[in-house]
Amino acid sequence: MKKIVVAGFGPAAHRLVEALQQRGFDGRVTVIGEEPRPAYDRVALTSYLSGVSAEDLAYPVPSTAVTRLNSRVTGIDREARVVTVEGGEPEPYDVLVLATGSAPFVPPVPGAEHAFVYRTIDDLDAIRMAAKEATDGVVVGGGLLGLEAADALRALGLRTHIVEMSPWLMPRQVDEGGGSVLKSHIEQLGLSVHAGAGVQEIVTDDRGRVAGLRKPDGTLIDAGVVVFSAGIRPRDELARASGLEVGERGGVVVDSGMRTSDPDIYAIGECALAGGMVYGLVGPCFTMAEVAADRIMGGDGTFGGADLSTKLKLLGVEVAQFGAMTGALDVTYMDPVAGVYKKLFISDDARTLLGGICVGDAAPYTSLRSFVGKPLPAPPSDLLFTGGGANLDLPDDAQVCSCNNVSAGTVRTAIADQGCADVPGLKACTRAGTTCGSCVPMLKQLLEKSGVEVSKNLCEHFAHSRAELFDIARVRGITTFSELIAQHGQGRGCDICKPAVASILASLHNGHVLDGERAALQDTNDAFLANIQKNGTYSVVPRIPGGEITPDKLIVIGEVARDFGLYTKITGGQRIDLFGARVEQLPEIWRRLVDAGFESGHAYGKALRTVKSCVGSTWCRYGVQDSVGLAIALELRYRGLRSPHKLKSAVSGCARECAEARSKDFGIIATEQGWNLYVGGNGGFKPRHADLLAGDLTTDELIRTIDRFLMFYIRTADRLQRTSTWLESLDGGLDYLRSVIVDDALGICADLDAHMERHVATYVDEWRATLDDPDKLSRFVSFVNAPGVPDPSIVFAAERGQIKPVVA
Amino acid sequence: MTWVNVCGYQNLPPERGVCALVGDRQVALFRTHDGAVHALGNLDPFSGAYVLSRGIVGTRKGEPTVASPLHKQVFSLVTGHCLDEPEITVPVYHVRLDGDLVQVAVSV
Repeated sequence: MKKIVVAGFGPAAHRLVEALQQRGFDGRVTVIGEEPRPAYDRVALTSYLSGVSAEDLAYPVPSTAVTRLNSRVTGIDREARVVTVEGGEPEPYDVLVLATGSAPFVPPVPGAEHAFVYRTIDDLDAIRMAAKEATDGVVVGGGLLGLEAADALRALGLRTHIVEMSPWLMPRQVDEGGGSVLKSHIEQLGLSVHAGAGVQEIVTDDRGRVAGLRKPDGTLIDAGVVVFSAGIRPRDELARASGLEVGERGGVVVDSGMRTSDPDIYAIGECALAGGMVYGLVGPCFTMAEVAADRIMGGDGTFGGADLSTKLKLLGVEVAQFGAMTGALDVTYMDPVAGVYKKLFISDDARTLLGGICVGDAAPYTSLRSFVGKPLPAPPSDLLFTGGGANLDLPDDAQVCSCNNVSAGTVRTAIADQGCADVPGLKACTRAGTTCGSCVPMLKQLLEKSGVEVSKNLCEHFAHSRAELFDIARVRGITTFSELIAQHGQGRGCDICKPAVASILASLHNGHVLDGERAALQDTNDAFLANIQKNGTYSVVPRIPGGEITPDKLIVIGEVARDFGLYTKITGGQRIDLFGARVEQLPEIWRRLVDAGFESGHAYGKALRTVKSCVGSTWCRYGVQDSVGLAIALELRYRGLRSPHKLKSAVSGCARECAEARSKDFGIIATEQGWNLYVGGNGGFKPRHADLLAGDLTTDELIRTIDRFLMFYIRTADRLQRTSTWLESLDGGLDYLRSVIVDDALGICADLDAHMERHVATYVDEWRATLDDPDKLSRFVSFVNAPGVPDPSIVFAAERGQIKPVVA
Repeated sequence: MTWVNVCGYQNLPPERGVCALVGDRQVALFRTHDGAVHALGNLDPFSGAYVLSRGIVGTRKGEPTVASPLHKQVFSLVTGHCLDEPEITVPVYHVRLDGDLVQVAVSV
C-alpha cells in the first residue's frame, strides 16, 4: 500500500487530498500542518473579522487522510524516504509532497519584529488584540493582499494608512490611470494612501510598544498597529536543506508534472517554482494539486502555467485585470466622477484582444477574459461598456472558471451530455463557480445559449414557473385552482401542479387545506393530515415546539401510542412520530391529542416542520442566550406556514452549536450580543452549511429578518426547491438576498412584513378545525361503503417489542 | 358479471378517489371533473399497498389519470395502463349509475 506524506496543510494540500480521493487512491495519506487547525479558505480570511468563524472558513476535512496538526516536518532523509517531524514520530513515505506555502515578506528594517503579518487566522487574532489598544493602523503594501489587510484594519475601527513603494496602488493589476481612480475610491472611505513611499523604521515608544512608521523622508505616521503585507516568499527551507533544487530567488523547482529534482518528491502551491514562476493565487495552486494527484496515480497531467487574471472587490471597489498589461493600441474609458476606469489592450492590427484593466466596474471582465489572444468579438467601445453582454460566443477552450480551471467546452459538455440544467447542477458537476463565484454569470449565459431550453413550465398544464403562478394568483386575487387553470392553464391538472397550487393558495390565504375544492388538490399526506407509509398506513406527529415537553404531555403521547398499538420513534426534529395508524383511526387519535393540548405538527406538509433547540442559557453552563424560549417563539410564529418545500430551523444557545442550526433552512446561533442568523442550510442528500445572513441581531431584528427571508423564499422559489438550492440559484446570491430583505432594495419589505403578520394572525390548528367539521371527518374512512371496516390488507408483525408493517 | 351497489353518487367527492369494498375486492372509484365515474383496482402494483384511491386525480394530454400516492406513477383511469411504465396495468372495473346509485360490475 502506497504511503503519501504531505508537508503543509493549506488549501493546496487540501485539494491534493481531495483529488487523490476522487481518483480512487486507496493508500495512506498523512498531512502534517503547522497551524492548530486544518486547511481553511484564505481567500475569505478578511470575513473572519466581520463575524465569520474559523469553522465557517474551514474546508471539510477529508475522511481518508490522517492529519497531524500543530506539527511541522523538520527534515527529509531522501535515502531512507523518511521525514522527521517536530515533537513526534518520523513518517516514512513512498511519495512526499511539499505544500509548505509561503511566508509574508517582511523587509529588514529596524523594529520590523514589532509588526504583524496577514496570512493566518492566528495572525488575525493577534491583530484584533492589538487593535483594541490602538486608534491608527498602517499597512505596508498596496497590492491585493495589502488592500485586504487595510480593509481588515478598517473593519476593526482603526484610522488606516496604506504605504506602497510603487507610485500607485495595485501596480501588478492596474496601470497609473487605474491606480489614481482606485486611490480616490479608497480615500473617500477615509483611508490615507502614501504611494511612492518606503519604510525607514518601525518606531516604538519607551515601553516597547509600536508607535508608528517612519518613512525615508523622515515623516512619521502615528500608529499602534503595523501590518506587513508586501508580497510573499516561498517556504523552501526544507527543500533547500535536503538538497533539492531551488530557484535563485526562492521556490522549489518543479517540472510540468510538479515533480522536484527528486522523483519521489513533489512540490505544489506557493512553495513551488513552476516554469520559473511562483504563484500566489489559489486557482493555479489548486491546478498544481490536481496535476500532482494525477501524476501520483500514474496519469500524465501537466501544469503549463496559469492565467493570472483577477477580479475582486476590495474595500467596496471592483478591480479586475486580465491578459497583458501593455499593447500596441489601447482604448481607455475614464469617468472620474463615477470613479470608473476601463482599458483594453489590442494588437497593432487592432484585431486581437491582448488584455484589459477595470477599476470601479468589472463588468467587461467576465466575458472578455476568455477572449484574450483571440479576435475582438465586438467594437472595443461596446466591449468597454458592457463586455459585449450575452451575445459573445465563447470558444470551447476559453477558460470560464479560473479557480478550478474549467473551460467553456467542459461546461457545454456537462450541459449537453450530463444533463446539467441549472447553475447548481453545473457547480456540482464541473466545480466551476464553487470557489470565488465570479464566473456564475458566465455559467448562466452558457446555459441560456446552450440550446437546451430550460423549461420553467411547472408541468403540461401550466406554461409558468411556480414563482410566476404565485405572482399571478397574488396580483389577480385568484383563490381557487379552477379559476387559475381556466384562465392561465389547460387540462385539469396533475400530481405536480395541484399540490403546488394548493401550496401557493395556502401561503396566500391561509384557509383550511381541506376546504372545498382545495381538498382535491392535496397529496395524500395533506389530504389526511398525516404521513403515508409504505403499507398505506399513516404516521402522526404532534407539534412539540422547540422540543420542550411536559411529563404530562409525554404521558398522553405514550398512552395514545399504547392504546392504538402504534410504533413509536423519536424524530430528528426533537418530536415523536407515531406509526401505523389507519385512516379511520386518525380522528380518534387526534381527538385525544387535541384534548391534551397538542396541535398538528405539519410533518405531512410542505410547511414549517420544527425549530429544534439546545437547552440554552437556562440550564447550560455554556449557554449565552435562551435558545429554547426563542425556538418556541419561532415555531409558534411560523407554524402552519405553507412553502415551496418543507422548512426546518434550529436555535443554538452558544457557538458550540449543539442544535446543528447551520444545517437548517434558517438557523440561529446565540452570541454575547444577540443572535446570528444563518440561511440556506440543508442536511439530506446534498448537505450545505447555512450562510451568515446577519450578525448580532436583537430578537426583534431577528424575527423581522426571518419573516422577510421566508416570505421572499415563498414568493420566488420553484416547486420543491429547498432554501439551499434557491439561495444558490438566486442571481447575486447572499448579497442580493441581503439587499432585498435587509436594505429593501426592491421596496417590498413592508409588503413581506404585512404578509407574515397576516399569516400569524390567521393561523388555526388544522387538526382541531377538522375535528370540528363533520364533512371533513367523513373522508377519514378506509371504505366508502363500509365506514367501520378496517382495511384487511394492513398487517403487522412484531419487532423489538413494537409493530412493523408486512407488505405482501 | 353482476352489478353491485356501492354507494351514492354524492359520496364521490369531485376530482378525488374513494375506496369501496366489493366482496373481498378493493375497488378505487374516481369522479372526474366532467362528472364521469371510473373504477380501478385499489392495489398499487409498484408498492404492494392498497392506496390508489388516495392518489391525485388529473389529466395527461387530456386522458383522465390518477397518480399513486406513494411513488407517483401515473395510471390511466380509462385503460388502467401505467403511463410511465406501459407494461404495468391495474384492473379496470365497469361502473355505472343507476339513478343516484353507483354500481360496479364484478365477476362472481
